[in-house]
Amino acid sequence: MTTAMMDLERPATGPTFQGVSAGRKAKNVLATTLVTLAFLLAVVPLVWVLWSVVEKGLEPILRADWWSHSLSGLRPYEDMGGAYHAIYGTVVQGLTTALLSVPIGVMVGVYLVEYGTGTRLARITTFMVDILTGVPSIVAGLFIYALWITIFGFSRSALAVSLALLLLMVPVVVRTTEEMLRIVPNELREASYALGIPKWKTIVKVVLPTALSGIVTGIMLGLARVMGETAPALVVGAYAPYINFNVFDGNMANLPLLMNDQFANPETAGFNRTWGAAMTLVLIIMLFNLLATVISRWSAIKK
Amino acid sequence: MRTALRPRAGSGGGSATAPHTPEGPISTPNIAQSRPVRRPGDRLFRGAAVGSGVFIVALISAIGLFLLLQAIPSLRANQVGFLTSGVWNTTSATDLQFGILYLLWVTVATSVLALALAMPISLGIALFLTHYAPRRLARPFAYVVDLLAAVPSIIFGLWGIKVLAPTLVPVAEWLNHNLGFIPLFAEGNVTIAGGGTVFTAGVVLAVMILPIITAVSREVFERTPREHIEGALALGATKWEMLRTTVLPFGKAGYVSAAMLGLGRALGETVALYLILSATTAVPELSFFDGGATIASKIALGAAEFNNPLTAGAYIAAGLVLFLLTFVVNALARAVVAGKKEYA
Amino acid sequence: MAKRIDIKDVNIYYGKFHAVDSVTLSVPPRSVTAFIGPSGCGKSTVLRSLNRMHEVTPGARVEGRVLLDGEDIYAPSVDPVEVRRTIGMVFQRPNPFPTMSIRDNVVAGLKLAGVRNRKKLDEVCERSLRGANLWEEVKDRLDRPGGGLSGGQQQRLCIARAIAVQPDVLLMDEPCSALDPISTLAIEDLITELKQDFTIVIVTHNMQQAARVSDQTAFFNLAGVGQPGRLVEVDDTEKIFSNPSQKATEDYISGRFG
Repeated sequence: MTTAMMDLERPATGPTFQGVSAGRKAKNVLATTLVTLAFLLAVVPLVWVLWSVVEKGLEPILRADWWSHSLSGLRPYEDMGGAYHAIYGTVVQGLTTALLSVPIGVMVGVYLVEYGTGTRLARITTFMVDILTGVPSIVAGLFIYALWITIFGFSRSALAVSLALLLLMVPVVVRTTEEMLRIVPNELREASYALGIPKWKTIVKVVLPTALSGIVTGIMLGLARVMGETAPALVVGAYAPYINFNVFDGNMANLPLLMNDQFANPETAGFNRTWGAAMTLVLIIMLFNLLATVISRWSAIKK
Repeated sequence: MRTALRPRAGSGGGSATAPHTPEGPISTPNIAQSRPVRRPGDRLFRGAAVGSGVFIVALISAIGLFLLLQAIPSLRANQVGFLTSGVWNTTSATDLQFGILYLLWVTVATSVLALALAMPISLGIALFLTHYAPRRLARPFAYVVDLLAAVPSIIFGLWGIKVLAPTLVPVAEWLNHNLGFIPLFAEGNVTIAGGGTVFTAGVVLAVMILPIITAVSREVFERTPREHIEGALALGATKWEMLRTTVLPFGKAGYVSAAMLGLGRALGETVALYLILSATTAVPELSFFDGGATIASKIALGAAEFNNPLTAGAYIAAGLVLFLLTFVVNALARAVVAGKKEYA
Repeated sequence: MAKRIDIKDVNIYYGKFHAVDSVTLSVPPRSVTAFIGPSGCGKSTVLRSLNRMHEVTPGARVEGRVLLDGEDIYAPSVDPVEVRRTIGMVFQRPNPFPTMSIRDNVVAGLKLAGVRNRKKLDEVCERSLRGANLWEEVKDRLDRPGGGLSGGQQQRLCIARAIAVQPDVLLMDEPCSALDPISTLAIEDLITELKQDFTIVIVTHNMQQAARVSDQTAFFNLAGVGQPGRLVEVDDTEKIFSNPSQKATEDYISGRFG
């Protein structure tokens, strides 16, 4: 401050600024340090995990066979073959899940925001969606096991896995849709009604398009999440080391199942397959996250 | 929504043109046709929307019911106390023995340890992101923390047992050596050197629930009214004093709720623990260096042997307990913030 | 095809709350009627009841009759969607559809009603934009999003959108309250032109505006706190502003309101 120069001309009163006591200062500095450390501490595992995956998983996925071959007929110690059967499974099971859960989830969101406000059914639905949000993925697997396999008598299949994943994805889609529809200004709905456009067309042509980018972003993030899920696949799916294109029948691999299968393989081949699959999974998930960001930028409301 | 209309016949009387008088101007054809007032498009779309809501409600009720129906016969056939025994032997349908006592211990121990580790750290991160990080960097930094949530749990499990566990073993051994007199740090029922302990699992779980606790707390901290913050600063508070007097009291309920959500996530986490925890049938020593399985990882371990309904029923019964546990924790999380208008 | 509106003994409720008490007034075709009055007196509510827009608010309910050239728009057989297609509305804040281009905004009403003929749509687009005095300003960027225009341009875009479906009546709910004085002037000029073709009802807080643009003025007021709003008087604008028959009107207009 400016005390040095003014001292001579100044009457002998106390300093203008009393200064913060040393104790208070020390506490403030300590808090700043701890808080910053906490953040750095969170970065450590992230970098460490990703580094481990890249370090151990990069080499296997750079092999030509990785993306074009399965593990069909290979012995545990034969360090060759690839994960294409599992990549196919992960993508197809993810897309099947999306195909089933997006219409249901979006319509539930539309119901909650556009039709059900304040009704008893809406409250019950919200409650159920809340429950689903918190359901552990293994329990979602058990749910579908109980319904699809023991009651209906179907066998384990990719479809069963997708159904279990649906239980995890629907609440994500409902929540995002709900949130995005709620921030669509009412004025747009009124403008549309005032033009003599029926309610359903208003929702389909005006409200949903306005909320679209947010909804799609949410769907992409939800999809990225369910594609990394392992637990439901352990309960209602089954690993196969070969390719199976049929969603409705037979064992179908996916990347988590492949990792789980090869985790028990003590050979170098097992190591490479496990970490290679981890790397591939991380790449696919990153791709979907990136897609989400791109979509939200690209179709954001233009100004 | 249509309004209940009660057009008053003949009210008013003379002042304006009565409807359909011959001398009235040409009537409006697009209005007057007696069309059905509910349009088919509207009816269909509304039906689909309501139907989806009903479908979700029905689906979940049905699933809950079927789960219960399948658990009951197994619970009836159970030869030991479901809640009081730790034995799990479901291979023989005639001598079914399953109790979740040990599973419950491992589940609670890993989750509580994870919560104890993650709570202070995520509080720090949330404060850092909302009040310390440079404005331009706050968003990318928050994104980095969110990225942690995007990593699949199987990868955390793989990393936890293959990479982190060997690093943690010396720490664990040190704790055991120096604090071994405390029961929690005494020898457990698996080797510490193997790394497949509650301790390792708790650390990995802590990393996994960091992002959710951080994200929810951050959101609440951001909503602290500006006037409160500025009021505190105007009184000459240091940044920390400001945080302690305004942001923390305001965000407390949100933070507790965030921690509950994190706990719910930890209780239900499956695959990471399934890969990390060393299997054992030994009785737990109630130590952080126990192995075994959580309810969730036990179900995953047993999934392959779901070949008869009674065996599956045993696991389903355990799953129901887990479901109830997470349900209660999540409901508490919601209840904590339910009354808070200012969070809306 | 401007049409006449007769409001007969209309009462409006929100749930149990009686918002507007027994309004009766007539709006002649090809004229501008202004609704003035203090905030919360129900003038906007009455306006919204004229094309059944109030039904969008849950619990809102109208008793009484609103006749459009003698047809009761509240008759049980009447579809509110058709009512709104016939009676257009412009809102307080400009609300172009953010996902649509300028062109699509203008023809939104037709397009969503199923008109596909590109040539016809282009014709309507140009005619409506010209009608809203906006054509010259936007004709080179019809494919740009409507959200990129200035506030005043957006409001004229919304007017173009409303007249594109060729309604008989145009309702305006404080169309200038979010605009600067220059844009306000442009809209007022436009209103004067539009009354050649449309019956216009405008709600405004600005008494000068009412005096400038309207032929007829209706003054609404609250009977008291918690009481429903009511129509105090309606008369030629000139008369209302020079020699109103009610004391309340005079007090309000001269600023001695209280």
